[in-house]
Amino acid sequence: MEIFGDMGELAAEKHVEYILSVEKKKDSFESVVMEHLRMNGAYWGLTTLDLLGKLHAVDVDQIVSWIIKCQHDSGGFGGNIGHDPHVLYTLSAVQVLALFDKLDVLDIEKVSTYVAGLQNEDGSFSGDMWGEIDTRFSYIAICCLSLLHRLDKINVENAVSYIVSCKNLDGGFGCMPGGESHAGQIFCCVGALAITGALHHIDKDLLGWWLCERQVKSGGLNGRPEKLPDVCYSWWVLSSLIMIDRVHWINKEKLVKYILDCQDLDNGGISDRPDDAVDVYHTYFGVAGLSLLEYTGLKAIDPAYALPVDVVNRIFIGRQSKKES
Amino acid sequence: MASSSSDEEFRQWIPFRQRPEWSDVKPLPQDDGPSPVVPIAYKDSFVETMDYFRALYHGDERSFRALSLTSEAIQLNPGNYTVWHFRRLILEALEVDLQNELDFTEAVARGNSKNYQLWHHRRWIAEKLGTIATSKELEFTRKILSLDAKHYHAWSHRQWVLQTLGGWDDELSYCDELLEEDIFNNSAWNQRYFVITNSPLHGGLKAMRTSEVSYTVKAVIAYPENESSWRYLRGLYKDDNHSWVNDAQVSSACLKVLSAKNNYVFALSTLLDLICHGFQPNQEFRDIVDALGTPDSDRQGSDLAKSICSVLERVDPIRANYWRWRRSKLSQAV
Repeated sequence: MEIFGDMGELAAEKHVEYILSVEKKKDSFESVVMEHLRMNGAYWGLTTLDLLGKLHAVDVDQIVSWIIKCQHDSGGFGGNIGHDPHVLYTLSAVQVLALFDKLDVLDIEKVSTYVAGLQNEDGSFSGDMWGEIDTRFSYIAICCLSLLHRLDKINVENAVSYIVSCKNLDGGFGCMPGGESHAGQIFCCVGALAITGALHHIDKDLLGWWLCERQVKSGGLNGRPEKLPDVCYSWWVLSSLIMIDRVHWINKEKLVKYILDCQDLDNGGISDRPDDAVDVYHTYFGVAGLSLLEYTGLKAIDPAYALPVDVVNRIFIGRQSKKES
Repeated sequence: MASSSSDEEFRQWIPFRQRPEWSDVKPLPQDDGPSPVVPIAYKDSFVETMDYFRALYHGDERSFRALSLTSEAIQLNPGNYTVWHFRRLILEALEVDLQNELDFTEAVARGNSKNYQLWHHRRWIAEKLGTIATSKELEFTRKILSLDAKHYHAWSHRQWVLQTLGGWDDELSYCDELLEEDIFNNSAWNQRYFVITNSPLHGGLKAMRTSEVSYTVKAVIAYPENESSWRYLRGLYKDDNHSWVNDAQVSSACLKVLSAKNNYVFALSTLLDLICHGFQPNQEFRDIVDALGTPDSDRQGSDLAKSICSVLERVDPIRANYWRWRRSKLSQAV
């Protein structure tokens, strides 16, 4: 990417070392708090490694056998062994298995029955048996079922109309009808509509303008008006802009520079804002954001499925295309 | 996530294995799988609490000591779904007075209120209590919002309370209050829109339009750089472009901001939208836009919309591509 000139570089090797070391760290408070969402952590860390071309640095069989142990009788996955199933962890489990081309270890009927069972009559989705409803869960369920080729198990029409009912006057989406537009929720709603072929429900010009208004002077993106920029929005905002074909409306050079400024060049990892402490979550969003910006040396990531494009192609086009490409 | 107050609590913390009431329980450690990929070292107190939690959870012991154990486990890590889930099972089995549970969630919120599980639990309690909880819920969210006026969970909960349990009476004046504190608070503008479109007390968007437009016009003139108020103004004319284009209050607000020549990006983009929807600008608008152009810039002739796009491209360079696109769309239309 010559246009980016000498604005600094992605410390790719440092980030690989960081990802590989982070989960081995003893005594950190973060790892304690992460115990229940280890499955999400696995997805963030492993997808980052794959985008950096280093997925082979981990032991696939160990990870796959751990994932299988996290599955509950209901078909859903918990955040760790022995934890209750939740759709959040179920998608992460499916995504990680997809990264490794190991979806065949799943009883797809069982997993998809669990996910489809979380749809409510109005088309919305609950996250688990306790019924918390949120457009995040609509995306997760739709993405998960699509990766498993089982979208026919839900009422897609109702799912779409629920999401559309969460659309706001600014073109964005909230967590439920009336909820404030938020870039994270927008990603979920746009992603779900993209996967179900229902992007025509979006006012692309209006939403695109709202999304590009999220770019602040430093080049970073925020998630709502008057909020601070955060590297995670490089993913939420950027992927949404790409899905509605409006990504050229932001200043890409400035955003690349912002993300690179958030790197810890000594120990690896990426933080939310320059000079803050790094974590796996922001490292993933930073690298994924750079991938969406076509940064040299990174695998391309699919904006709707949040998986490398070659992984998505393998699932939807078949193995043949991988060899050809 | 660890606040200093919870650190103090840790200092007085007595390990479960030393507490007589727990001597009959055999703690159950976390199974991290075969030679775990991601071995996690837990803080001692956390490990022990969770070991006892797992023992009771797997034994399905819905007792008062199990309830107090979940309190401790939640204080240690309020993000764990399973602990909250088990707590609800216990609360149901013991038929505990849920008013006390409201106090418990408030205590958890004092440590960290940005937590999905906490709010879902709170909603579960409020749903069980019904309308007797209304004022407490509104008060609780108000308290959280006084600390962080854009707290996404608190706003979601508040909207749910209003729609499910009611309590709309003072909501519009609450929005006034918050906007008086911070006119840039997008959450408060969003809530204002939620109230005027959903409250049974105000007669809906059309009935409220006149008073809301004059309120909002004052806001955009006072702070023309405020994205939220401009979007709200536009939203007041949802599905009614005709009224929007023909309401002199809107175009004259643009004119007023443009005359001041300061922070005029949203005023100018609103004017552009108005023109695209059929607004016929008079000479006064043309003169003002000309005055914003650079002295040596090409006179765009009679095409005011194009001149506007050029000005926006210059004064909002980070979105130059967007404004260029707006300009290109104009020529397509011709």
